[in-house]
Amino acid sequence: MIRFEADRRLATGEGGFRLEARFESTAAVTALFGASGAGKTTAMRMIAGLIRPDRGRIEVDGQVLVDTERGVFLPPRRRRIGLVFQDALLFPHMSVRANLMFGRWFAPRDSRAVPFEPVVATLGIGSLLGRRPASLSGGERQRVAIGRALLSSPRLLLMDEPLAALDRPRKLEILPLIERLRDEFAIPIVYVSHAVEEVARLAGHVVVLDRGRIAGEGPPDRVFGLAATAGVDRFDLVSVLAGRVDAYEPAYGLTRIVHPAGTLWLPGPAGEPGRELAIVVRATDVTLAAEPPPARMSVRSVLAGTIAALHPTDQALARVEIALPGGGTLVASVTRMGLAALGLGPGDTVHALVKTVSLDERPMAGGSAAVAAPGSAGAAPG
Amino acid sequence: MVEFSAEEWTAILLSLRVAGVATLTSLPVAILVAVVLARGRFPGRALLDGLIHLPLVLPPVVTGYLLLVLFGRRGVFGAFLADHLGIVLSFRWTGAALAAAVMGFPLMVRAIRLSLEGIDPRLESAAGTLGAGRVATFFLVTLPLALPGIVVGAILAFAKALGEFGATITFVSSIPGETRTLAAAIYAATQVPGGDAQAFRLTLVSVVIALIALVVSEALQARARRQTGLIA
Repeated sequence: MIRFEADRRLATGEGGFRLEARFESTAAVTALFGASGAGKTTAMRMIAGLIRPDRGRIEVDGQVLVDTERGVFLPPRRRRIGLVFQDALLFPHMSVRANLMFGRWFAPRDSRAVPFEPVVATLGIGSLLGRRPASLSGGERQRVAIGRALLSSPRLLLMDEPLAALDRPRKLEILPLIERLRDEFAIPIVYVSHAVEEVARLAGHVVVLDRGRIAGEGPPDRVFGLAATAGVDRFDLVSVLAGRVDAYEPAYGLTRIVHPAGTLWLPGPAGEPGRELAIVVRATDVTLAAEPPPARMSVRSVLAGTIAALHPTDQALARVEIALPGGGTLVASVTRMGLAALGLGPGDTVHALVKTVSLDERPMAGGSAAVAAPGSAGAAPG
Repeated sequence: MVEFSAEEWTAILLSLRVAGVATLTSLPVAILVAVVLARGRFPGRALLDGLIHLPLVLPPVVTGYLLLVLFGRRGVFGAFLADHLGIVLSFRWTGAALAAAVMGFPLMVRAIRLSLEGIDPRLESAAGTLGAGRVATFFLVTLPLALPGIVVGAILAFAKALGEFGATITFVSSIPGETRTLAAAIYAATQVPGGDAQAFRLTLVSVVIALIALVVSEALQARARRQTGLIA
């Protein structure tokens, strides 16, 4: 449980900039989402105690970290907030083992709740213990940094764009590890990022910051899909769909996912048949057709639904919301010209073509998945 | 091989002792001042910076004279030290060490400060979020990372102390066996007829000591770089 309410003027930038935000979340992973300069990192540094709010109150798990009204300010070392930086920031003069043990030395004896061996095993860093940070790859460094923060047995794990400095294969290697941490070690995570796929995949509650203010919050499918949230541009719009694994086709390396609205194909194996999944679809990767598409077509994932709403913008683009059988909503970002060519309106049937490669999967297990978020502070979607 | 007289040996050993004591005693102070200058934001910081750099730009004779005025038997500090602590600096080897320390101090502070300023302050923040207090952070993170600069600063100050002449001779004169260091001995040798051979032998010693100091400094720095993976 985190309650955040803070106000701070920042001198940087033209005309000054003010962070004025208030949110609370009980999700296993809470995401702070927004463009660069939106105030995410400032909010995070306030939670860690690296900067003070001008006015405000921050509380984690019932412990007040800062309360300007009552003059409370806990220094960073007394907060027990594990911080993972974008560029790992391992201590270069210490071995990997000493880095991992650093936070443990200082953790109060009775709160060393996180065991060493399982963390090292989960993160796959057992073979690196004797090495120096300088000899590690970027992905290895970030895994050690996550382990270091985790082993200080924090009340809360703060991750500041932990994957931003990594290439895509490295991201795909670390993202599942963060999911496992979330599910295995039961330490709440605040995840700061401007990468919509990471946020949609990990977070149960998303707080969108735009120029220092909260532009929207809720479960990821709502924040990135239905609401026209300021600070979420058209490339960030996604839908989160619930599907079920049907079968893996080894010949093509694809998994067939069944959804009440049609069939989706996911690259690679996605688990046992019958497994429930959440699938993230970017609005820009959806193509609409008024008639059933031909069978001889490269796009294999087609969903049929009903147009729920049209939102043309004053520019070239329009956002289309499609109600799918089974209760989900798919968002498509198309040009206004394309919309005119479709000639459809609310209530009409439409076929949505989804490029297979753009699909992303996220297990429904674990209380934090957006679609099944029992503890989430936001209302359930749909 | 070069043969040294007892008098020459005395000068060589005295020089090493003066330079060694000057370097080791001023090192903790230099680290403290470097931290204050690198991290502190307070009024008078520029003044402190200027004061520390003064010996670098003043004529050494002036520095020596100021030391004589302040630390002589009747000087403000000198009288206090002599009356209350029984420490006499003027015309003693300890005074030579003080002169050498003052002259080498700016070099030492500069090197350490540069090294400190090269440390990412977020590493210290990271230590803080991991539960380390300010003192623990300083000794476990800041100091080890500044080690290359500390080594360079100490070697520079040691070399400067070995070669220091003007301030030393003004403050503590050139008393054989007490304050006649290598540089003073070389100067004295050149002032007497037939002293050229002695001056040359001592010059050779100076060159060898300076070279050893540089080689050791390089080796220590390379080791520190290897350990931290940093470009110092």
